[in-house]
Amino acid sequence: MSRLDHLLRFRLAGRAGLALQRRRAERRIDRARPGAGPGLNPPLRSVARMRELMSLHYLEGRYVSGIRPVAWVTSGAPSEILKALGFFVVYPENHAALCGARRRAQRLCEAAEDAGYSRDICSYARTDIGSVLTGDTPVGRLPPPDLLLCCTNICQTVLYWYRVLADHFGCPLVLVDTPFQYRESPLPHEVAYVRRQLEEMVPIAERVARRSLDEKRFLEVVTLSKQASGLWLEVLERARHRPSPLTAFDAFIHLGPVVDLRGDPRTVAYYRQMLAELDGRIAAGKGAVREERYRVLWDNLPIWYRVGPLSKFLAERGVNIVASTYTHAWGEVAPLMDPRDPLTSMARVCLYAILNRSAGQKLEAMRRMVGEFSIDGVILHSDRSCKPYSLGQIDQRRTLAEELGVPALLLDADHNDPRVFAEEQANTRLEAFVEMMGR
Amino acid sequence: MSRAAAVGIDAGSTTCKLVAIDAAGEVVATRLEPASPRLEEQAAQMLSSLLAKLGAADGLPTVATGYGRRLVRGAARQVTEITCHARGVFRALGHGGTLVDLGGQDSKVIRIAGDGRPLDFAMNDKCAAGTGRFLEHTAGRLGVEVAELGERALHSLMEEPITSTCTVFAESEIISLIARGADLDAIIRGLHRSLVGRIVAMVRSVGLDPPLILSGGVALNRGVQEMIAEATGERVLLPPRPQLMGAYGAALIAAGG
Repeated sequence: MSRLDHLLRFRLAGRAGLALQRRRAERRIDRARPGAGPGLNPPLRSVARMRELMSLHYLEGRYVSGIRPVAWVTSGAPSEILKALGFFVVYPENHAALCGARRRAQRLCEAAEDAGYSRDICSYARTDIGSVLTGDTPVGRLPPPDLLLCCTNICQTVLYWYRVLADHFGCPLVLVDTPFQYRESPLPHEVAYVRRQLEEMVPIAERVARRSLDEKRFLEVVTLSKQASGLWLEVLERARHRPSPLTAFDAFIHLGPVVDLRGDPRTVAYYRQMLAELDGRIAAGKGAVREERYRVLWDNLPIWYRVGPLSKFLAERGVNIVASTYTHAWGEVAPLMDPRDPLTSMARVCLYAILNRSAGQKLEAMRRMVGEFSIDGVILHSDRSCKPYSLGQIDQRRTLAEELGVPALLLDADHNDPRVFAEEQANTRLEAFVEMMGR
Repeated sequence: MSRAAAVGIDAGSTTCKLVAIDAAGEVVATRLEPASPRLEEQAAQMLSSLLAKLGAADGLPTVATGYGRRLVRGAARQVTEITCHARGVFRALGHGGTLVDLGGQDSKVIRIAGDGRPLDFAMNDKCAAGTGRFLEHTAGRLGVEVAELGERALHSLMEEPITSTCTVFAESEIISLIARGADLDAIIRGLHRSLVGRIVAMVRSVGLDPPLILSGGVALNRGVQEMIAEATGERVLLPPRPQLMGAYGAALIAAGG
């Protein structure tokens, strides 16, 4: 990759081309007319800007090698330090989700299985490893990492997955270990333990980036990150309105920037704009779903290869999934971020990840969301790939159904491997669930 | 015979069932056939022959349920088996409880409220273990009629434990048991135990609210009835014609909305 490619193909042609695509998409959305009867309204206009942002990011990835240092990180990792050091940050989980949504994950999983990885391993890990082994990706090219950052606050699989990547790419791996949280707030020694690991990470990242961490730039990134996460939470909270101006399916896809691109001023601007669009919808009394009759809470990751069909299936039955524990996870950490003490607050954020906390705390959050979002029913996606997220769901389901009297459905699937999903079985369960809400 | 007022069709994975009811909700005619691969034609033929016999060639309000519900022409509405079974059983028995419906390809547990509403349900996940297909498949392998299975399980004094819940793996297990000279009835008893174990676990996930009621084709198996009663410590109730409860519920919904 040359500087010239980066300049011409990404900075000039790429940006202009994607801006043009965005304007075309916006015009298409503006012209779309809502249909009759229950169903989905035309999508949010912001979706065009979100696609532009994410496409720009992946486009830069094609030409970034040799121009900026590249880091691959887990979704719960403290990426702000890397961003302040000028790293181009790749989230293999987000890339895997994109492969899932583009129906590319199955063949990547199969490629990993052909190489000897078990089908029982997380389908994100298999998708990523399959992509690394074959070079197959819907984004053209993923830049290989100069540094790997793995934080165990989302699962233990990442530990082995990132060791595989470190072995494959022969680059340094930084591990941030987070003690599991059984209480509402972490103990001081737990925060100190994580903070110390973040301190230890800085010189390694500096060596790879060949520059020193600039305090001012770091604070700026943390401040932007906090703003983006805060705005994201506000976006999600708009779904409290009836009818809700957005669905959780919208949130699943609009989540991309707050995961991948937080710390970037464009992300803050994008969520501001999205918020304004949602407020416009609220003022006009326009919902994301026409004839919203039932409001549902979703637990666990999306079923990426079925996001579109599932959202249509439910909307046609007057169902809007208005909230999810998954999308909230990236918003609820905003209040913990503190630019006055960035490292300690980042340690707290790492510890507070939803999957680093006990099942009882998740149940508590769901209980709260049922009230706040006027929920009529709960769908708990029992995700074969994500054991930490699915653990405890049988009890959580029963408690929600018995204590709050809301129908609660356990839906068996997998976030990225379509071979685990049985369409007909899932549809029957979902229809019965809707019938139960309509009693 | 009183006049038919509505029809329910349960196009299941193993059998296709029709029930016609009168205005009072009483059953006036029924049909049951093994499901054909061409379910759409089968359901249409069964429906037109039933309507002809009832002297209602112009048609009656019809609701379809079962896995083939979307393939049934002439049905005004499709409603899931969960709601239909709950409705049928509540009407047949006059009370709620915990209903275990054991069908050909799926099993479900439905908690029915005192007023007949389905409150909660669970279904077998991902595979056909714990369903009628499990027994049917293994009966075929053992060369035993499905109808005989229950009695043979009950009368066996011995029991061979079957550890695989997977239908296909259970088959391999049976082959090796036969090869080791195990008693056929003891194997059958073990198979029932394995099936009942799955079902009872599902009952526990929903919570057992007595009485315990069985419906579906497998409910006719006395071995399954007794073993479920034994495992749960609850007496097991059966509605009349347990296999037709889905179609009956669908007919009730067609008649009364």
